[in-house]
Amino acid sequence: MKELLSGNEAIARGAWEAGLHFAAAYPGTPSTEIMENLSRYKEVFCEWSTNEKVALEVALGATFAGARAIVSQKHVGLNVAADPFFSASYIGVTGGFVIVTADDPGMHSSQNEQDNRHYARAARMPLMEPSDSQEAKEFTRMAYDISEKFDTPILMRMTTRTSHSKSLVELGERKEVPIVPYQKDTLKRLLLPGHARKRHVFVEKRMEDLAEFSNTFPGNFIHWGDREIGYIASGISYQYAREAFPEASFLKISFSYPLPEKLIREFAAGVKKIVVIEENDPIMETEIKAMLCGQAEVHGKDLIPRQGELNPNILRESMGLSSKSVAPQTSLPPRPPALCAGCPHTSVFYTLHQLKAIVTGDIGCYTLGAMAPLSSIDTTVDMGASISNAHGMDITFRLLGGERKKVVGVIGDSTFFHSGITSLIDMVYNRGMSTVVILDNRITAMTGHQQNPGTGLTIKGDPTVQVDIEALVKACGVKDVHVVDPYDLKNLKKVISEAMDREEPSVVITKRPCVLLFKKSKWTSCKVDRDLCIGCKICVQLGCPAISFKEKKSSIDPMLCTACGLCADLCPKKAISLSQEGGRAIREAWDFETKSMKKEEA
Amino acid sequence: MKTIIICGVGGQGIILASDILSDVLMEAGFDVKKSEVHGMSQRGGDVITTIRYGEKIYSPIVGEDSADLILAFEKLEALRTLKYLRKDGTMLINDYRWDPIPVATGTMEYPEEEILPKIREKTKHIQTVDALAKAKELGNIKVVNLYLLGLLAKELGLEKSLWAAMISRRVPPKAKEVNLKAFDQGYGEVRS
Repeated sequence: MKELLSGNEAIARGAWEAGLHFAAAYPGTPSTEIMENLSRYKEVFCEWSTNEKVALEVALGATFAGARAIVSQKHVGLNVAADPFFSASYIGVTGGFVIVTADDPGMHSSQNEQDNRHYARAARMPLMEPSDSQEAKEFTRMAYDISEKFDTPILMRMTTRTSHSKSLVELGERKEVPIVPYQKDTLKRLLLPGHARKRHVFVEKRMEDLAEFSNTFPGNFIHWGDREIGYIASGISYQYAREAFPEASFLKISFSYPLPEKLIREFAAGVKKIVVIEENDPIMETEIKAMLCGQAEVHGKDLIPRQGELNPNILRESMGLSSKSVAPQTSLPPRPPALCAGCPHTSVFYTLHQLKAIVTGDIGCYTLGAMAPLSSIDTTVDMGASISNAHGMDITFRLLGGERKKVVGVIGDSTFFHSGITSLIDMVYNRGMSTVVILDNRITAMTGHQQNPGTGLTIKGDPTVQVDIEALVKACGVKDVHVVDPYDLKNLKKVISEAMDREEPSVVITKRPCVLLFKKSKWTSCKVDRDLCIGCKICVQLGCPAISFKEKKSSIDPMLCTACGLCADLCPKKAISLSQEGGRAIREAWDFETKSMKKEEA
Repeated sequence: MKTIIICGVGGQGIILASDILSDVLMEAGFDVKKSEVHGMSQRGGDVITTIRYGEKIYSPIVGEDSADLILAFEKLEALRTLKYLRKDGTMLINDYRWDPIPVATGTMEYPEEEILPKIREKTKHIQTVDALAKAKELGNIKVVNLYLLGLLAKELGLEKSLWAAMISRRVPPKAKEVNLKAFDQGYGEVRS
């Protein structure tokens, strides 16, 4: 039976068919749906881990105990997990282990374009690169046998296009694989230098065996066509190239580290020249050039762009087969992402803007506080950096002396659990005095609403412990801790500005659920009395997508408005009021004291 | 091999429409690939999905001047996506304006008057409809997407019964009747 699956659905399906027992991940675009799809299989234990390092360690533990395991993360997530990732290569596996990295060429939703194929080489771990959903499913299924045969984890590299595009997949059945009974094996799993030296010898031998295997892997194959130019490509680039050059010869590489040297030499002997097509870095190109060392004409990044995604047109242009499109450049109004109407983060950024604070940001929806008109974030680096960046800046400003510059770190609930806690402890321990605002919207929102340690539910919806952020922060040694309702603008401003003025570290927790959690609710809306509106544009400064400014007056789109009432509170002429039609105001939707989210959802 | 692009603003029901289209193409026996890119926000960002079908499809996306048909759920998005349309391809436009934030806050102008003339420079196969008005007549503004899908379906000339079956699979049972009705009306829309 064939189904139309996304690459991420296909990875989950392939792992399940391979008898997968255990899955762990931290959400990150474009990888998130792998775990979400795995969680639908009752045979697989699944968890959202607190971060990618934890996920990899947990899954590695599962393989120690004999389970077949998978972890998935976005490309920068593997940076977080890099420490256990390198060790996992030496340790190898007991139950098969697949590590999925979903890279983001073109940076659709990431801070960089790093090419994680480098990691395979750095850690001496085999690498597979599916080019469509059928391959994603098949390669993942096959990866478990390869992993166990060669005693190695497998790095599976997806990209935004292979993860998020859908294509036809022939489904298979699940093959149950027993969990291997545990046996203590310290030489393998206890990486003392003396053990690790022996394991490194094993790893090098393993890579030689895998290099031989690469020549026989069915996903590495030659398609002979016209022999003038032979194209070598992996991943989605192969699909672009097959379309761009339908008559040409191809060497399709799917098991791309170690490279299939025999196939490459056979291919090089059969074509006049070689062009290596790969998105981002010239990784295969560099190795193939070294391998063939002057015996063949090899091109790559001298023709193909290194930045951004490729597509068939770009490839044809790169090879001089078509001229670049000369579509007129028009500057159309963009649709920048914005905080939703009624988003509980809006008031925080509005307030920080008012207070002229220096704000270090973090990774999540709330990075959008950087967009005009809120424009209130100075830096965004990586998960957890808001707090550590704030601390470093604050200390430096104090070294400078003079009037104190106030630095505020802003971080979401899930990001705080991910890697904010260690930064907060560092700041408290090292006598920092920054203010940290934890935006607790009761969910991991940016990646599409995943549960986290603060929500009280696991990925499968089972009830669990709800980590108390307030108690946690106090236990870290912060004395000045406040929990506030972000819809209460006046109090919010008072609490944050007082916290900023204190000569000690402080934490303000703003607590309100993400507006999109209330899926079934119908909201009433705010409306503007055009006779009272003086066109001062104060409400426009909230950057609310429901508010627009037409003919010198504000107006509110009732379709978008959730009646959070921030604009009404700000209006100096009381020109904005709550309409009584069409539902309730989101302000009243959640009992702030009893936190009765469940009641609302039911 | 044909390439269809459906574009608009997040929250307009574009993903559902493109899922139904892909299902129908698969049922009709084609190789199908579908790719979608949406901005960071769940609502209000621009959305583009590309659907390609034929005997054998390699790339899930296309570059400029390559799409045979574009269905735009919003007028400005029609213009933004125009670069992907091949010369004399078909452009179906929902006559609906959704101001992006820079327009709403008064820092940029909505290019109302530019849209159709620019599109006409590239193709004469243009059809505009007011799907929201049609959906209001049907008593459910959420069926704008199915009305527009009907309009698109008419252009593709596939077995019509396939559509009803695939729509029924994807829409909530309670809303099935009104969605099918909206689709039928879009399908029956007389070309202007």
